Amino acid sequence: MKALKLLAATAALAVVSTAASAATLDDVKKKGFIQCGVTTGLVGFASPDDKGVWKGFDVDFCRAMSAAIFGDPMKVKFTPTTGKTRFTALASGEIDVLARNTTWTMSRDTDLGFEFIGVNYYDGQGFMIRKSLGVKSATELNGASVCIQTGTTTELNLADYFRTNKMSFTPVVVEDAAEARQNYDKGACDVYTTDRSGLAAQRSVLSEPDAHMVLPEIISKEPLGPLVRHGDNAWGDLARWTLNVLISAEELGVTMGNADSMKTANNPEIKRMLGTEGDLGAMLGLGKDWGYNILKAVGNYSEVYERNIGTKTAVNLARGVNALWNQGGILYSAPLR
Amino acid sequence: MTIETVDTQPKPNLLNDPKFRAIAAQIVVVVLFVSFVAYIISNTAVNLEKLGIKAGFEFLGLQAGFMPTSPNFNLTDFDVNKDTHMDVFWLGLVNTLLIAVLGIIAATIVGFVFGVLRLSKNPLVNFVAAAYIEGVRNIPLLLQILVWYFGVLLALPIVKQSINMGDLVFLNNRYLVAPAPIFEDGFGFVTIAFIIGIVATFFLARWAHKRQDTTGQQFPIFYSALGLIIGFPILVLLAMGVPLNWNIPELKGFNFVGGVQITSQLTALFLALTFYTGSFIAENVRAGILAVSHGQTEAAYALGLRPNRTMSLIVIPQAMRVVVPPVTSQYLNLTKNSSLAIAIGYPDIVNVFMGISLNQTGKAIEIIGMTMGVYLTISLLISMFMNWYNKRVALVER
Repeated sequence: MKALKLLAATAALAVVSTAASAATLDDVKKKGFIQCGVTTGLVGFASPDDKGVWKGFDVDFCRAMSAAIFGDPMKVKFTPTTGKTRFTALASGEIDVLARNTTWTMSRDTDLGFEFIGVNYYDGQGFMIRKSLGVKSATELNGASVCIQTGTTTELNLADYFRTNKMSFTPVVVEDAAEARQNYDKGACDVYTTDRSGLAAQRSVLSEPDAHMVLPEIISKEPLGPLVRHGDNAWGDLARWTLNVLISAEELGVTMGNADSMKTANNPEIKRMLGTEGDLGAMLGLGKDWGYNILKAVGNYSEVYERNIGTKTAVNLARGVNALWNQGGILYSAPLR
Repeated sequence: MTIETVDTQPKPNLLNDPKFRAIAAQIVVVVLFVSFVAYIISNTAVNLEKLGIKAGFEFLGLQAGFMPTSPNFNLTDFDVNKDTHMDVFWLGLVNTLLIAVLGIIAATIVGFVFGVLRLSKNPLVNFVAAAYIEGVRNIPLLLQILVWYFGVLLALPIVKQSINMGDLVFLNNRYLVAPAPIFEDGFGFVTIAFIIGIVATFFLARWAHKRQDTTGQQFPIFYSALGLIIGFPILVLLAMGVPLNWNIPELKGFNFVGGVQITSQLTALFLALTFYTGSFIAENVRAGILAVSHGQTEAAYALGLRPNRTMSLIVIPQAMRVVVPPVTSQYLNLTKNSSLAIAIGYPDIVNVFMGISLNQTGKAIEIIGMTMGVYLTISLLISMFMNWYNKRVALVER
């Protein structure tokens, strides 16, 4: 089944003369929408609601890009990808951008031929376990059965962590998040490991969320961010500066609500961002009001965060290191000038 | 009068020469095919180059760095500290062969039993067999695997509440764990006795067959075989003072430690493949038996053979001729269907090698090529064996 998909992708690589090197922005404008790769469904990050409209933290990044290009956040088509299919989909040109809580690693950046355009969520791998087992630390997990999703950096981190601590484990390797949750919920494994943001999202939809806890250990650095193909720097720039606008807007206090009144603010950086001064949009091949459109469509980083995964949502993730650099976090945007 | 010997027949047009046309057509087809293949290969190479993807098998020697299987279900002794992607390949291959062999044996037994039951004159037996065959073979296999795994095996008690069978065997939703034998010095003699028993039985059977052919006297071959293959090794075992110990499983922490574990994934896949393929084989067997003309049975009865002997000596051998070719296809299907293991996480070659290794290395073309090569080789070997067997049971025309 998976083999068929991969084969089809390989065949597509072979037959279709590649569209990868063409100007992606022109292609996107011509077809009238962005093709955005997301997860197959992770609450808070990307999942369709009851009307079939995709919602979530990663989804909003693609909506922001759509707003920057078309002035309309809905001109996005979402392609659900698994841990295994995501890179093939991006390399073959099936999707234009991949926003799928993907860890920025060196081999993905170089060997696989992708360009990470920044980090939109600083994460780390953790463990979730039933409270009733009485485990307080990941160092007590010797001999445990561990549910992991295949095709991820978590597989390697997990093996490294257990080797370092001279413990053994039984891997229960599954294909996607929903299946992992089902295995964990039914007790086929004692521990569920993935990025801590993913654990929080999964915990919120378990049958009894309060019966489970996330252990304190963070066993890896997982900078998650959107990525594009190598070979089209202009398209990469567009994605990078979309993310920077989201972060800068939070820093400058521009929100979805006050974007209109801020147009005439005294701060020249706000004016440049909203397009009333200078023409930053033209440098990206976009209209003057691209920044304004992004903020009117999804709001700034803080609004996107709180709406999808913040403490008032079921996922319930505090900002932590993902706060702005001047508020105790490490989130930082290059200046818009 | 002289006879004109001039050849009045005009030389035939080359295009109308059947021999020439046949050869020309074949040449054209071969040229087209070769250029098509060459085009595909060169196009792939060009596009891979364009995407900056380097082809090569160096990755097989790199350390894998992940654990593809449970330490208690590790047939190739995979060691996460040093083993490479090549070892992942072997592990996957062994697991694929394991499920294929177990599945083929069990599906054959299930298929023959239900195929014969389906022809029973007892309406209840007949109905049960028909319900099984028609029900199971008309439901998609993937669905059946998921039902066995999520519906049946995961619904068993959790590890801490395992079903305890005499403090020796424990069953829970992760695995069935049983005592594992530990062979001590001297157990080798028991193995040798076992092999001697098999060889002796083989020659005894040939001798008995020959004697029956010439004198008509029968020899109790079944009981002799039982004594040689099972009784003789047991005698040796006792004589050696039972050089055998048992590693009894014990619940320690999260899981059982010790013993031999049969994982739920293996069980679910085995049951689903067995019953699914078994239902097809049952239909093949029924078709084979019905293909033997009723006159054969009547003739056997006329000779005074009882129904059981008629079935085993007259009907089944003739039915085999019809049964073997389609059953071969079922064996091939079962082997290939075992790749659905990925749905429930059984560590077969598609799951661990084409899944995890492919993802960690990104070498899609090489890995998919190797995996296809594995299935092709296994399938051709099964076909070869079955063709040889088919020749043996085929009708010998005189």
